[in-house]
Amino acid sequence: MRLALIALLPLLGAMLPPLASRAGRDAVTAVAALVTLTALALLATSAPAVLRGEIVQDGTAWVPQLGLSFSFFLDGLGLFFAALILVIGLLVIVYARSYLGRDEPVGRFFAYLLLFQGAMLGIVISDNVLLLVVFWELTSLSSFLLIGWWHQAPEGRQGARMALVVTGGGGLLLMAGMLLLGHAAGSYELSEILLRGDVVRASPLYLPILLLVLGGAFTKSAQVPFHFWLPHAMAAPTPVSTYLHSATMVKAGVFLLARLWPVLAGTEAWFLIVTATGLVTMLVGAWIALFKTDLKAILAYSTVSHLGLMTMLLGFGTPIAAVACVFHVLNHATFKAALFMGAGIVDHETGTRDIRRLGGLAGLMPITATLTLIAAAAMAGVPLFNGFLSKEMMLEAAWHTRYADLAWPVPLLATLAALLSVAYSARYAIGVFLGRPRAALAHHPHDPPAGMWLPVAVLLVPVLLIGVAPALFAGDVVALAGQATIGTAALPGYHLALWHGVTPALIMSVAAFAGAALLYAGLGPLTRLHARLDRPDAKAAFDAVVAAVVRACRTTTRRLHTESLPRYLAIITGVVVLVGAAGFFGGTHAAGGRATLPVSLPAVVAFVLLATTSLAVPAVHGMRLLTLVLVSVVGLVVSLAFLQFSAPDLALTQITVEVVATILLLLALNLLPKRTPSETGTARTAGAAPTVRMLRDGAIAGAAGLGVAALAYAVMTRDFTPISDYHLAQSKPGGGGTNVVNVILVDFRGFDTFGEIIVLSIAALAIVALLDNALRGAAARRLDTLKRAVEAADPHPTVLVVVARALLPLALTVGIYIFFRGHNLPGGGFIAGLVVAIALMMQYMAAGFDWTAARRRFDAHALIGAGVLVAGLTGLGALAFGRPFLTSSYGYFHVPLIGEIELATAMLFDTGVFLAVVGTVVLSLARISLVERRAERGPPSRSAAVPGPDRATASRPAAAAAPVGREA
Amino acid sequence: MELLVAASIGILTAVGVWLLLRLHSFPVIVGTIFLSYAVNLFLFAMGRLAIDQPPIVDPAVTAYTDPLPQALVLTAIVISFGMTALIVVLALRAFLETGTDRVDGGRDEPPTVADRAGERL
Repeated sequence: MRLALIALLPLLGAMLPPLASRAGRDAVTAVAALVTLTALALLATSAPAVLRGEIVQDGTAWVPQLGLSFSFFLDGLGLFFAALILVIGLLVIVYARSYLGRDEPVGRFFAYLLLFQGAMLGIVISDNVLLLVVFWELTSLSSFLLIGWWHQAPEGRQGARMALVVTGGGGLLLMAGMLLLGHAAGSYELSEILLRGDVVRASPLYLPILLLVLGGAFTKSAQVPFHFWLPHAMAAPTPVSTYLHSATMVKAGVFLLARLWPVLAGTEAWFLIVTATGLVTMLVGAWIALFKTDLKAILAYSTVSHLGLMTMLLGFGTPIAAVACVFHVLNHATFKAALFMGAGIVDHETGTRDIRRLGGLAGLMPITATLTLIAAAAMAGVPLFNGFLSKEMMLEAAWHTRYADLAWPVPLLATLAALLSVAYSARYAIGVFLGRPRAALAHHPHDPPAGMWLPVAVLLVPVLLIGVAPALFAGDVVALAGQATIGTAALPGYHLALWHGVTPALIMSVAAFAGAALLYAGLGPLTRLHARLDRPDAKAAFDAVVAAVVRACRTTTRRLHTESLPRYLAIITGVVVLVGAAGFFGGTHAAGGRATLPVSLPAVVAFVLLATTSLAVPAVHGMRLLTLVLVSVVGLVVSLAFLQFSAPDLALTQITVEVVATILLLLALNLLPKRTPSETGTARTAGAAPTVRMLRDGAIAGAAGLGVAALAYAVMTRDFTPISDYHLAQSKPGGGGTNVVNVILVDFRGFDTFGEIIVLSIAALAIVALLDNALRGAAARRLDTLKRAVEAADPHPTVLVVVARALLPLALTVGIYIFFRGHNLPGGGFIAGLVVAIALMMQYMAAGFDWTAARRRFDAHALIGAGVLVAGLTGLGALAFGRPFLTSSYGYFHVPLIGEIELATAMLFDTGVFLAVVGTVVLSLARISLVERRAERGPPSRSAAVPGPDRATASRPAAAAAPVGREA
Repeated sequence: MELLVAASIGILTAVGVWLLLRLHSFPVIVGTIFLSYAVNLFLFAMGRLAIDQPPIVDPAVTAYTDPLPQALVLTAIVISFGMTALIVVLALRAFLETGTDRVDGGRDEPPTVADRAGERL
């Protein structure tokens, strides 16, 4: 995993700087630098093998079914880029320490920076193309965080959003492209794909792959027409601009093109598209840079221009051009990073980046001036600086390139771009450092501390060394990375040297310098002319597109999201009915041949009762209390049906649930309106008149009912082979009980039941959460207005109180009896829990909330928790004996006097079920009654020293209130 | 007998769906209760109907009805209750918060005299 660690180390190390932030800026910087250094050391351990020409591979499978693996490989190109990322990263970290303000959260900044570093490293050493896409998007995300670092400023936020939309969107294109590429190549591993260039180029998918991959690369590397995000990303702090937007991230697109060069390059489409895009970008970027007044904007457009240069070189498709591109990546990274840092220093010291307000800084900040002038000379391509060499190679390659059978366009335009490049470099260097100061600056500028200019100086060392002795200092690196870029092709013959004799490239270069001198002389009038030209504003266009998308989304959402439950439900049920109808009419159907049961008179009576009460409900549902009575009748008939058809457990459950549900609905109805108004009113969504709606709903409901009835009849009249023979056979010997339903619940399918009681408990807790703060705010005020006269003369009739209290022990005994017999006869934890809960609720109904709550000695929350815990621990107990979760065991024990009794662990599990059910019911209903009480009595009086709305009323002594308080 | 059960399921479904499509929270709640009845009966009926064959193991008995749907329906009944309780409370809180129990985003006209008379029911 050594290779993977190179990328993972910064990603994981990103957590360290925030942790170290209490120790001060220096400690944070040291931690971030240490992480980078460690990654660099790791990279160095793999370097010798790569230098020997080997390819280091490493990784594990991730999702092999998708072709996704966590695999990395390191060759010359990867090593080159990884080293660039880490070394410049290190310098940026040192620089940022002095650059960032004292009150800025440096820890967080370095965390983001390391996050980016890890993602970027991931891109350059990923073997799996899908993994590469993951890292690709990670750089977009971390870049978003870094650009928006000063999120107080709108430019920061807008720039970050624009960069994310453009590069993130490009990432999606890239993902599609990589999926197709992997499909076409038959492998998602780059090391494999690179060997199958012929297969990919011959594939019918080649063009889509090319376009999608280019979409990803061009957005990331800011090629026209996607170049507009990069200048806006300059809202980022300068260290970020240095690192992401000149040296590394924007080169990810170039890297990708270089990486896939052996696979995708060499075709007509590649040449035409990539060359043209690069050429246009080179020209447009340089042209705009000439007129920008913000130092960072000049550098940003210059970066765009140089990225275009690299893209164009790759587009040529010749090995020598690819080598030139790699060389220029190195050169550009050094001088442009130095320039950005220099611009940051100027900004830091003078408080402005406007070139019109700057000038003559050379005398005030000699070190910065010297460094910037060197870097600007390299940018201009002046001999003895590294920029000159790669520019010569570019011009040489351009000289030999014919575009659309014409010899002149590429050389001419390349020379023009070189000319512009010299001109804006001169304007930058001269405008800031030479001449006289043009405006009074806020404070006296001077050279910054060494921490800020030293990284610049370090970056300029290779600028000068390579510029003077290219073969000595860059020959090996360029050969290594170049060879890795062009793959199996032979490295072309080239010679890195200052002097090649009088070549076409030299003539073009001289022409560029001469032209630039003329252009610089006439810059004043030209600038005024340029200012009058109508230029397209990319940001306005981008904002318009974003606004249009937002409008479209909002319109769609408004159409779909009407906030009308009936509408949603009508659509859902309607669709279900239509699908069912399609199935029904699409196939053959007939009633089955299974013998039916004879109809009995009681069954007919029950059916008529059910049918009439059910059908009466729609007619009278306006009267809610009456509706509730009818619902209870229906529930009763359903219980009887269960009893009739050999399901005593179900009948017991249904009837007890019926009682609890009715109490619940009565409680709710006490607060809700007693009548449902007729369905007129001003429904926001209405459209259909009430009668039309009734008919439409009737049609949907009728169709649904018919369908379900037909389906049920069809199933019931067909024979089947149940899978429950096993359960019946194993119930006694395996589960130790004769009530198969209960044994299934607590044993065979215990895991299901465990899930059920958890769901039940969550429902209870959700109820508590919903009502907990209902006694405050708008809800509480409405409760107070609902306050009504007590309707019954005697809210707690003595007879009821006495009977309920007398019944309590009896009911509890019945509950316990039902619980214990459950394993062998109808009963069990669910039913027993409901019976006990009803017995407790009866006390609330008879004697009132206060009386009962004061005497309830247990906390319903704890009861629920205990239930889930007991059931869960019982299940876990099986693990202790080496059995699977929830395996039950049982045994017979002889107890003196009582005799032989049977004990099963399933019973313990059932106890958990029992406790959870009691807790859920009591908690839910008690909570509603608490709200109820507020409606009856109004807000608690202020004189009471009992805080919180859930406490007992003021009339109650504090001591008696305590048990109630536990509930809250 | 199967026809009666199937018809019952159908009626319960139809009433449930119709109530579900009403504009106020209370009928919707009642609708879900009806649908619960229908679905529980439907699931139960998947084990076919049998009379006097409860799944209580007894050496003297040879025929039992299918216990599996029963176990499923038993938990379904309890869960239905949990769900009903939750939506009742949800409706209650929504009413207390907004002063209306409409679920379609509309508003009711002020109650008429006849409606007020019904308050006592």
